[in-house]
Amino acid sequence: MSPAEALRAERAERAEGAERRPGPLWSLGLLRSELLTTFRRWRTLALLTVLAAVPVLIGIAVKLETDDGSSAGGGGEGPAFISQITNNGLFLVFTALAATLPFFLPMAIGVIAGDAVAGEASSGTLRYLLVAPAGRTRLLLTKYATVLAFCLVATLVVAVSALAVGALLFPLGELTTISGTRIGLAEGLARALLIALVVAASLIGVAALGLFVSTLTNSGIAAMATTVGLLITVQILDQIPQLDAVQPYFFSHYWLSFADLMRDPVYYEDLVRNLGLQAAYAVVFGSAAWARFTAKDITA
Amino acid sequence: MGEPPATEPVRPDRPDQPDRPDRPDQLKRQDRPEREEREPAGDAVIVTRGLTKRYRGGQLAVDGLDLTVPAGSVFGFLGPNGSGKTTTIRMLMGLIEPTSGTAHVLGRPMPHAARAVLPRVGALIEGPALYGFLSGRDNLLRYDAADPAADPRTRRVRVAAALDRVGLTAAAGKKAKAYSLGMKQRLGLAAALLRPRRLLVLDEPTNGLDPQGMREIRTLVRELASDGTTVFLSSHLLDEIEQVCTHAAVMARGRLIRQGAVADLAAGTRGRLVVTTPDPQEAARVLKERGVGDVVVAEDRVTGEPPDGEIADLNRALVAEGVRVRGFGRERPSLEDAFVALTGEGFDVAG
Ligand SMILES: Nc1ncnc2c1ncn2[C@@H]1O[C@H](COP(=O)(O)OP(=O)(O)OP(=O)(O)O)[C@@H](O)[C@H]1O
Ligand SMILES: [Mg+2]
Repeated sequence: MSPAEALRAERAERAEGAERRPGPLWSLGLLRSELLTTFRRWRTLALLTVLAAVPVLIGIAVKLETDDGSSAGGGGEGPAFISQITNNGLFLVFTALAATLPFFLPMAIGVIAGDAVAGEASSGTLRYLLVAPAGRTRLLLTKYATVLAFCLVATLVVAVSALAVGALLFPLGELTTISGTRIGLAEGLARALLIALVVAASLIGVAALGLFVSTLTNSGIAAMATTVGLLITVQILDQIPQLDAVQPYFFSHYWLSFADLMRDPVYYEDLVRNLGLQAAYAVVFGSAAWARFTAKDITA
Repeated sequence: MGEPPATEPVRPDRPDQPDRPDRPDQLKRQDRPEREEREPAGDAVIVTRGLTKRYRGGQLAVDGLDLTVPAGSVFGFLGPNGSGKTTTIRMLMGLIEPTSGTAHVLGRPMPHAARAVLPRVGALIEGPALYGFLSGRDNLLRYDAADPAADPRTRRVRVAAALDRVGLTAAAGKKAKAYSLGMKQRLGLAAALLRPRRLLVLDEPTNGLDPQGMREIRTLVRELASDGTTVFLSSHLLDEIEQVCTHAAVMARGRLIRQGAVADLAAGTRGRLVVTTPDPQEAARVLKERGVGDVVVAEDRVTGEPPDGEIADLNRALVAEGVRVRGFGRERPSLEDAFVALTGEGFDVAG
């Protein structure tokens, strides 16, 4: 159709007085637009690039160290996957996820979530989305869904990059679980995928927190900085022994429980606690974000 | 800006101005579907009663506004900087909650009925806002995707038509951050024109446009109005309002000073006396003697405020005193004269 024909069609539509009823799937159109917009931002791509680079660096470091002749010593912190990398490249996936989960991954989520509403407010595009009218609840849900999609993509980027580097630099094969039993490569890959999903789910809480912060201000930068600041603060407080009474309520407290998926049989208690805690954060901060956003004066 | 002052007749006898009252059929047809279900607002597209907004800082931005915008009008919303125009528009569009009072748009209460009302309203609020990293076309695709009532199957075609309408087809693929101010303004207008609208709300639409662009906007506004779209246009440029609007409201310091047909607004003021003569100094002396106030001489033009009574007597006096008169008459009052008469002050920002 040419523009002129489109205009004629428009007029015809208007003449019939036909207002299109929104189909049940129109929210998906908005979600698609939101995903496209988010993943076409230079900032998003830069964050994903950094995340993809982490496993490369770890892999090269381990390779160089072992080529020196000395065997890679088991690190004291976190699950001791790193010592196994030289035997099986699949362990680079676990190591990379364990290395990025405490800071790189949630920081990336904090940036995307913090910017979600506040960034649109500061650029003024929020007011045009709302008069379109996107609907405040729908827009917020779309934003949250997009941040969650980013959690998944970011985690998978780390995992896939780690798998590629691991397969390239080290042998792949049967692997030994933390419990000492041996499992085949196929099951190892399945567990790696499961772990990636659990790691992505561990970020649900930060995502909700970031989105809430994002509704509080009209400055994208301020929202990002606040979210990342909160993240660092919580991570530090989680290390202070005197605070052990409140630590189980920190969103990051059970993050490293994903390692329990490498036990045989799998130890579920902390995994479930982690997922429950993430759900609680999503409900609490999601509601807070909704209450704030639906009542907010859009003056930017 | 740059337009000649209003010595020529204003409303309603402009040739290029479609006569809106002559198109009642079209307006009625459009209004009918919701007539039954909504409270009677007459033919008004926007009705506010006691609309008030006090910002959190305590600033009273809009104070007891009673605005009525007739269907099919081109309504000029006039006021100096900071008089509350944008605040009013934000309340009408459901972006901010009024402190008190009510606002009905297309017969439905705002912000409550935003989902039903806004798909039929196109808006440009405080300048365009764009995603700089997206092309002009992708910006429009995104805004259209946010509209629940927009048909995704016709999206690309409608976007192309909107781009064409504002003359941006050639620049459609360019990133919006590389757009000039005027191009951004045009893209913002295109977003308001993505679908046929019953109401267009344009907050200072000619901001940043070159004279050619301003003329195009005026033509566009007239075109839309002749299709039956009501256009609500805020501005602080008086002659812009004068050129396109059928109705106007004047705001100052958050209060509505007057509203009505543009011709009526200006009619309340008497125009200045204008005498064209090769003997301006002589003419000025004679006019002053006869009680004409505020006499201004500019080359061969002498203007002033005539006293009450028949002004033809002044002409007789001039001729009797040997002043050669080339032209004699009363200037059509401009909206600016009307504004000054209404507010008793100039067009300046209130503190
Ligand atoms: N977000 C805000 N918070 C507090 N006060 C505000 C805010 N926005 C506007 N104001 C104040 O409200 C008053 C009206 O502002 P508004 O933007 O509605 O004026 P305007 O008529 O649109 O002016 P302009 O012609 O400059 O666009 C001004 O005194 C302004 O300082
Ligand atoms: Mg304004």
